[in-house]
This record gives sequence, C-alpha cells and structure tokens, in this order.
Amino acid sequence: MAEVSYVKASRVFSGNPPVRAVDELSLEVADGEFLVLVGPSGSGKSTALRMLAGLEDIDEGAIHIGGKDVTNVPPKGRDIAMVFQSYALYPHMTVAENMGFALKLRGVPKPEIKAKVEEAAKMLDLQKYLERKPKALSGGQRQRVAMGRAIVREPSVFLMDEPLSNLDAKLRVETRANIAALQQRLGTTTIYVTHDQVEAMTMGHRVAVLKDGLLQQCDTPRALYDRPANAFVAGFIGSPAMNLKTVPITSEGAKLDGVIVPLSRDAIAAAGGLDEVTFGIRPEALGIVPSSEEGMDMTVELVEELGADALVHGAVKIGDSSQRFVVRVDGRTPPTLGQHVKVAVRDTTEIHLFHPESGERLEA
Amino acid sequence: MTLDASSLKMVQGTGRRLSRADRSKGASIALHATLIVASIIAVFPVFWVLVTSLKPDARAVEPTPKLFNESSLDNYTRVLSGEKGDFLAWFGNSVLIALMTTVIGVFISATAGYAASRFRFPGKRGLMMSFLLVQMFPFAVLIVPLYNILIALGLNGTSLGLVLVYCTTAVPFCTYMLKGYFDTVPGDIDEAGRVDGLSPFGVFWRLIMPLAKPGLAVTAFYAFLTAWGEVAFASAFLSAADESKTLAVGLQVFVQQNRTEWGHLAAASILVAIPAIVVFYLVQKFLVQGLASGAVKG
Repeated sequence: MAEVSYVKASRVFSGNPPVRAVDELSLEVADGEFLVLVGPSGSGKSTALRMLAGLEDIDEGAIHIGGKDVTNVPPKGRDIAMVFQSYALYPHMTVAENMGFALKLRGVPKPEIKAKVEEAAKMLDLQKYLERKPKALSGGQRQRVAMGRAIVREPSVFLMDEPLSNLDAKLRVETRANIAALQQRLGTTTIYVTHDQVEAMTMGHRVAVLKDGLLQQCDTPRALYDRPANAFVAGFIGSPAMNLKTVPITSEGAKLDGVIVPLSRDAIAAAGGLDEVTFGIRPEALGIVPSSEEGMDMTVELVEELGADALVHGAVKIGDSSQRFVVRVDGRTPPTLGQHVKVAVRDTTEIHLFHPESGERLEA
Repeated sequence: MTLDASSLKMVQGTGRRLSRADRSKGASIALHATLIVASIIAVFPVFWVLVTSLKPDARAVEPTPKLFNESSLDNYTRVLSGEKGDFLAWFGNSVLIALMTTVIGVFISATAGYAASRFRFPGKRGLMMSFLLVQMFPFAVLIVPLYNILIALGLNGTSLGLVLVYCTTAVPFCTYMLKGYFDTVPGDIDEAGRVDGLSPFGVFWRLIMPLAKPGLAVTAFYAFLTAWGEVAFASAFLSAADESKTLAVGLQVFVQQNRTEWGHLAAASILVAIPAIVVFYLVQKFLVQGLASGAVKG
C-alpha cells in the first residue's frame, strides 16, 4: 500500500510537431484511495496509467510510488499490478498458473503460492476453473482471472486499464460494484482508467478528468457534478450531457428566447464586461411548465422514454439560431413528438456559467 | 425494388456451405477421381523407390516392371553394414549437422524475428529487405565467397562451418516466418509479463516462445530440411574423407560413371527419408494447433 504522485510528468511522442500525450500532469493519490482517470479517447488517460506502470517512458517530470522516485525504475521494480483491457492472460498457462506466475518469479515457495491463489480464487468465485486454460473461459471469467492475477500479488498499487469495456452491459454493472467492493476490502491504492463517465462517477473516491493530455479537474464525483471547473468537464460529466449554450447576458440575467433567466449578483459580477457567456444547465434542472407561465418555447423533436423518466429533445430559438435542449421529465406524462411546450428553469442555483472562449467557470 | 420471403430464402440457400448431401453424384465422382489421381501422382514415386529398394541391382530396371522380383532386404543389410561406404558415419554426420542447423538457426531467427516484431530500431526495414534479397542468390554463386570466408575463419572442412553456411540460408527465411508469427501474439502479453516481474529476455523466453510453438515447429522443420538434403555446399565444404561425408554426398557412391546401383541407391534413399519423416511427425501436431487463442478477448 502506498501513495502515488505524478510530479509534472509528461510523455512526448516524437513527430512533427511532437505530440504531448500527457502534458505536465500533477496529481496526488492518497494511500488506499480509488482514483479514476476519465476522458474521451486520445485524452492521454491510458498513457498516464502506462507511465505509472513503467510501460511508457516519462520524458519530463517524475512519478513517485510510496514516496520513492520510480521514474527510471523498470515495471518489475515498481510493485504494481495491472489489469489490461484485453486481460492479457497467458494462454499456455492454466488459471492457477496465470494467477501465481508473478509469485513464482519472485521465488515464493509452492505451497504458499497455492494458498494465495486459492484464497483469491475464492474471493472471485473461480475455484472451479483453476485448472482450465483461458480459452475455455467466458469473457466475465477471464476478466475475473485478470483481477485475480493482480490481487494475488498484493501489490502496493492496482492499475486498471478499462477492465470492463469488453463485458456486456449487465455484467459490467455487476462487476463494477464487485471491483469497488473488493477495493474497499483490500484497501489497496487503485488507479482506474475508463472513458465511461458513469463508471467514473460510481466507482471513484475521486475522479480526474483529462482532455488532450491536460488535467482538467480532479475532485470527488459530487463536486465534479455540482461545480465543474470548465465547460468541458460540465459537458463530459453527467448523462445526458449538460445543455451548454452561448447566450447574451444583461444586467438582470441570461437571455434565452426572449426570457431572461435571473442570475445571482455574484454570477453577473463574475461575467462582468462580457456580452455573452456559455450558459450550462443540466436536463433535470429544466422542466416543462403550463403554457400560461413564463418560459422558452420548445418544439419537441425526440422523446426518449427510460421508464422512470423521459428525456425530451427539442429546439429552442436563441437569438437567430435554433438550439437543441434536453429536458428530463416525468416518465409517465411525456409530451408527444412535434408538440410545442414551455420550458423553464426549475432551480436557478443549478445554473453554471462559463467563459465563452476559455471555457473557465465564472463564479465568485 | 421489393424483397419477399422467397427471394431472401434464395440468397440464404446459395450463401450456405455446400454439404455432402447437396453434391450431385456426378460431381462426387469427379471430385474423388481428381483427388485419387492427385494422390497417386504424389505417392507413386516414393512407392516405386520402396519397391526398387527391395530388388537386386540387376533387376531394378526392367523392360516390364514388376512389383516383386527376387525381392529381399539384402540391399538394406549391405548398405547398413558399410560394405559400400561408411553409411552409418554419414548418417551420424547428417543428423548432427541438421540438428545443429535447426537449433542454432531457429534460436537466431527467433531472437531476430522477435526484435523485428516488437522493437523499432534504425535499419529495421533495410534488414528485412536484405533478408528477402539474399534468398534470391543461386547457391552456385555463393560457394566461392563462402569458401573464402570459411578458410579465413579456419572452419573449412568442419561440421560447424557447414552448419553456419546452412544457417545463412535458413535464418533469413525463418526470421521472416517467425516475425509474422510473433506479430500475431498480442503485445499486451509482453507488457503483462513485464509488470509481473519478467526481464525483456524473460518475456521472450517464458511467454513468447511457448506461445509461438506452432511457428517454431514450422521453422524448425524448414531448417532441418535445408541441412538434411543439401548436396552442393556439403560436397564443397566438407573434407573428402569418406567418414566426414553427409548422407546426401555419400549417396553418390551408388551412382558411378558406368553403372548405377539402383537397388542400393533406393534402399539408402528410403533410409535417408526416415529421419525427415520422423521430424515431420514430431512437428505436425504443432502445425495445426492454435495456441494463441484465448489470450485476449476473442
């Protein structure tokens, strides 16, 4: 068990111009913490993880594990275990041999290896399969073997590179919960890479959002959701995505379709001098109101019924252009396609304002 | 355009693989006849060598060939007893040289192939190109330069010298083969091994080599055959002493200027073919094995 820190660590791929896959990443992960690295493809999240594993060079900066500088230490000297997206099981070894391989290399006595493998197999419900080869296992079982191989080592850090992306949706939700519970039980520092923001939100103690190799924000899931640091994080975290529109701003508030949405004095002060702001509001903070009340006129273009609630996609005129909005409504009484409805902001405290160019959050 | 159920069925019918029941009788007969003829063409010459090997030299070539004519195992006993030349010594030389070529050749090509498959280094393209190019030189052109090199190395006339010469033909081809095979083993396995505590050579030796068994088997077989049946290099580079000859060179004693001992030659040929068959038999179970399946999600 150990804490992990990235100290302005960069990975630069040669080319013209050189690609900074991970750009001066600085991140502290506490002992026993479950940190999720999340971002779209090409954001550098996997590269950041591989740098920690020693599979990728660290071109600038440093990485520490348990207070020790491991920047130039090969993978085997870092006391880490990794779960790969493809699982990367050794096809010519049985499940038991796969799980015990690292211990065998370290010269651990056979009976001890056997005991540890059996213990891990019990934890993962794999006892029946210990003598099988990986090709005789289902996808979910292979995933568990890959987990088992990491657990048996009792490393100071677990690294997981999208370990659930090859599972079907139901199994993924189940395994997600199992991994989180297992991590809780073992108390091992874990760095988990995913592109799925739902995984990030549900599993991580803290979530680090990356984009183009740059760390955008690292905070608890709640804080990311409630106070995104910029427009990218706001749009990336949350499903369906936050409505983000560039709207004119006046001294009373933001102007949408002729309706002035009142803003707090602090918010207006923070936007001081700007004509326009990026206005963000989550679908659940919007609601359909009776036509007699004040609100934006929206033409319903698509209704996605999810059971408990429904997502209404529609067009709202802002200035001269027509913009799409998503509104979350009660699942039992959704509007019909083509219907004209009035949409209003239910809770003005849930409005997020961002700088229209830099995307930075505007707030006191 | 409209689609109805019957047109969909048609498409399905033609898309399906033909099974035995779907084939017409005429097609079946034609197919089997072709296969039988092809098999005879392949097997008959070997079969006739076997038949000839049992006949005395005088009966081996006849105006009306017969399957049996004074047939016995005399040719074999005489060849093996060393009456016509030290057959067993030739056999030993051939086995030793072929095995050394196989072991050294496969080891060098496996390491080179792995490097070419996994690492990026300057000159990699040029190296692979040159491997292809050297395959195109005829053996006859190579004999003189190789002879000079062997003399310079002091290996002229030795088995080791001949093994190195055979490696120059076997290694380029085997490297290409093995590179292609290593490419099919996912790189994630290398990385998992490194995280688990293996050195780069450990990854190659303990993970990649066992997974590449089918590829190694094919290349081993190729390297073995390169050395086993070769005549030109062996007669040029080995000393002329009878006991240092290989089989392929030694067989020439049965073909003399004025007469050919067909029966003895055939018997010796059969004996020469046996090790090649044994090697093929040992190797063939790997040829069909898909060991790499199940490594990653598939």
